[in-house]
Amino acid sequence: METSASRSLRASAALAAAGAIAFTTPAAAAAPSTIEPADTAWMIVATALVLMMTIPGLALFYSGMVRKKNVLATMAQSLAAVMLISILWVAFGYSLAFVGDGTWIGSLDRAFLAGMGMDSVHPGAKTIPESLFMLYQMTFAIITVALVAGSVADRMRFSAYLLFSIAWFIFVYVPLAHWIWGGGFLAQAGVVDFAGGLVVHLSAGTAGLVAALVMGRRQGYGSENLSPFDLSLAVVGTGLLWVGWFGFNGGSALGANAHAVMAILTTHLAACAGAVTWGALEWSTRRKPSVLGMISGAVAGLGTITPASGFVAPWHGLVIGALAGIICYWACTSLKHRFNYDDSLDVFGVHGVGGLTGTVLAGVFATAAIGGTAGLIEGNPKQLAAQLYGVAVTLVWSGGVTWGLLKLVSAFVPLRVSREHELEGLDISQHGEALQ
Amino acid sequence: MKLVVAIIKPFKLDEVRQALTAIGVHGMTVTEVKGYGRQKGHTEIYRGAEYIVNFLPKLRIEIAVNSDIAEKAVEVITTHARTGQIGDGKIFVTPIDHARRIRTGETDTDAL
Repeated sequence: METSASRSLRASAALAAAGAIAFTTPAAAAAPSTIEPADTAWMIVATALVLMMTIPGLALFYSGMVRKKNVLATMAQSLAAVMLISILWVAFGYSLAFVGDGTWIGSLDRAFLAGMGMDSVHPGAKTIPESLFMLYQMTFAIITVALVAGSVADRMRFSAYLLFSIAWFIFVYVPLAHWIWGGGFLAQAGVVDFAGGLVVHLSAGTAGLVAALVMGRRQGYGSENLSPFDLSLAVVGTGLLWVGWFGFNGGSALGANAHAVMAILTTHLAACAGAVTWGALEWSTRRKPSVLGMISGAVAGLGTITPASGFVAPWHGLVIGALAGIICYWACTSLKHRFNYDDSLDVFGVHGVGGLTGTVLAGVFATAAIGGTAGLIEGNPKQLAAQLYGVAVTLVWSGGVTWGLLKLVSAFVPLRVSREHELEGLDISQHGEALQ
Repeated sequence: MKLVVAIIKPFKLDEVRQALTAIGVHGMTVTEVKGYGRQKGHTEIYRGAEYIVNFLPKLRIEIAVNSDIAEKAVEVITTHARTGQIGDGKIFVTPIDHARRIRTGETDTDAL
């Protein structure tokens, strides 16, 4: 029988754990703000780590999986996302996503960073400069836009990609970020997403699937050799993504504290479990564990733990990573072939399905003592319902708006390169350069 | 004079070169090539999709030798390039009508 002493001990442990993330809660928002050097230092590092995830991380991961004639074009898409989205984020993206308390969208009060001084802080991150919070969130917007390109690799016209990316950022990413992280209606409904299972992975994955369906399959899909150019590049890219993810999930604690470390721990364990599971499935069904399979499993684990990383215990990270390995493997090797769509680099199969799975599992495994939110296992089915609501909204919004935006862009620029240019390769036809 | 052309597995090059040097073959030309014989390439699987890779990487060695050691060179290459597995390669021997060393103008056997 539980004694009153043990009850009070458990309660104080829960309070201490909750205190570690106090600045992310409404109660903390009312506390006086003090910019803390340690928090600031960690968040500078985390910002750099997440930027590293796009270039070189994602650029290498993606370009290693395309054919040699499309390597530079694939890298150019990641590069373009960094340049374009950074400027748009400063111009109005940050303000619309994170400033103001509108249900549907933020305000333009911080457009072009108006009024942001050296001492400014964001109400949700009161121990770091607001400029740093803005920069950190910028890196999330960048990689989300860059992720989508993997679905349409090898065939999308660069000009169409630029137009689509700008529009998608404005109409899909910014609203979603506001709805979930900026205090919008999904946050009000109790949807939790620690580091972007919905905002980043499911939104990008769904957009990727819709884009792949709208644009059609690559020339030679299913009949010609479309095997990866250089998987060693993809392995290096995975390593950079993996380490960068420590900033992605660990930084989402918004401070140098135990909560950040716990998120990093669950993240690392999920990546390992995902890689092991995917490799083991290949080994048992195909007799060999492929390198592409193991790195795919790692990225699936990382994407899947993302929404849950700050809410669950380390061993949950292992379970979620293992489930990611199984479910994303099925999505990439079975689901995709059954429906015969050509998601070139499996953005939907890895990120979309992973983000969806992790968001749901966050509602199952959320542990109050760690992230202040109780999930199904702790007797709170409402959290699971909220998570499913978040998934449904993200799927419908990202899917529907992406379809509309692609139709809109195609009214101005053909989405796809010509058949000749696709066969010749996008490096030459879009950029006038080629690897020798 | 004979031209011995051997298609071998790339990792066998050093062993073959050392053995040929030991029997007095002083020069060779090596080219990276791709091809297939009875092996018919191999299958690679990426995320559930199978791709047949027909052309496998090989090395093409060319040596010009006096007729009296041509057979010996063929034996040496056969011995040292062999793994016993499919895809070990092939050796072709053809006559050389004329040879010339560009630097000195020496001809035929003096040029080898």
